[in-house]
Amino acid sequence: MTRLKINGVDEEVAAATVAQLLAARGIDPTARFLAVAVNGAVVRRAEWQQSPLSAGDAVEIVRPLQGG
Amino acid sequence: MSNDPFIVAGTTLSSRLFVGSARYPSQQVMLDAMAASGPCMVTMSIRRISLEGYAESLVDLLGDRYKILPNTAGCVTSRDAILTAELAREALGTNWIKLELIGDRDLLYPDVEQLVHAADELVRKGFIVLPYCNDDPVSCQKLADVGCAAVMPLGSLIGSGRGIANPGAIELICSRSPVPVVLDAGIGTASDAAQAMELGCDAVMVDTAIAKSHDPVRMAAAMKSAVEAGRLARLAGRIPKRTFAEPSSPQLGLVGT
Repeated sequence: MTRLKINGVDEEVAAATVAQLLAARGIDPTARFLAVAVNGAVVRRAEWQQSPLSAGDAVEIVRPLQGG
Repeated sequence: MSNDPFIVAGTTLSSRLFVGSARYPSQQVMLDAMAASGPCMVTMSIRRISLEGYAESLVDLLGDRYKILPNTAGCVTSRDAILTAELAREALGTNWIKLELIGDRDLLYPDVEQLVHAADELVRKGFIVLPYCNDDPVSCQKLADVGCAAVMPLGSLIGSGRGIANPGAIELICSRSPVPVVLDAGIGTASDAAQAMELGCDAVMVDTAIAKSHDPVRMAAAMKSAVEAGRLARLAGRIPKRTFAEPSSPQLGLVGT
């Protein structure tokens, strides 16, 4: 288990990569318009399989929503 | 309008009206309103996915029909705004960003100091930056100087519907800006949009005035007409204002003289 801050909330997740984290959270990694950042840096979609997560990492998982 | 193109960063946009995608009573009303307003771009925010409700498919719906302009709404630090812009670029595959940096949560007034800094950084990172900014010619000039593709001065406070609080300032900005001017925020009804265009703005951005009107589809059509009317009037050139009356009918041949 890895202790992460996911979208501002501290959680223990069985995930060692971004792709594993998305799967653990039930997020379809092929869904369009998703974006992920780890510790303030965007992780490109092509890197989700390899990009490692470590204890204490802050992860942002976002999508476009309505806006003005 | 093929003989009067609206060009931002070398791209010819399809109309002079930007619309938002928020605050509509339903998704269908939003889509119908957008069909009626014919926007050149539709703005969206970037948010953590846990906040998603009915809007989960909104971007799937809009992304295929309209050019999406992501915003950094709600950001109060340039660091958060820059990361939001980078996430938007990854999510939407666009390097266009409507840069918002808020300095006061009640007024939603721009924080110019951070805005110029974030704009500078984003331009260096290859973004096409359209900043929501003060109705102040100096702020607008600084934003143009760091390479913003357009400036988006506020008419009045976001969502206030108070129209253009300082028409003189907007007119000054338009007369001096080296980049297109898009009036953003404060539009309450169609005449406000027409006035913005008459003052010399190149385009208008509207969200709440359409979405929260009694009949958003009708108001969307009104905004489209108002932007076109205001633009035509601007190009035509208004008559000077006079102190006294000037008769329209001939003064010779009056009956009884």
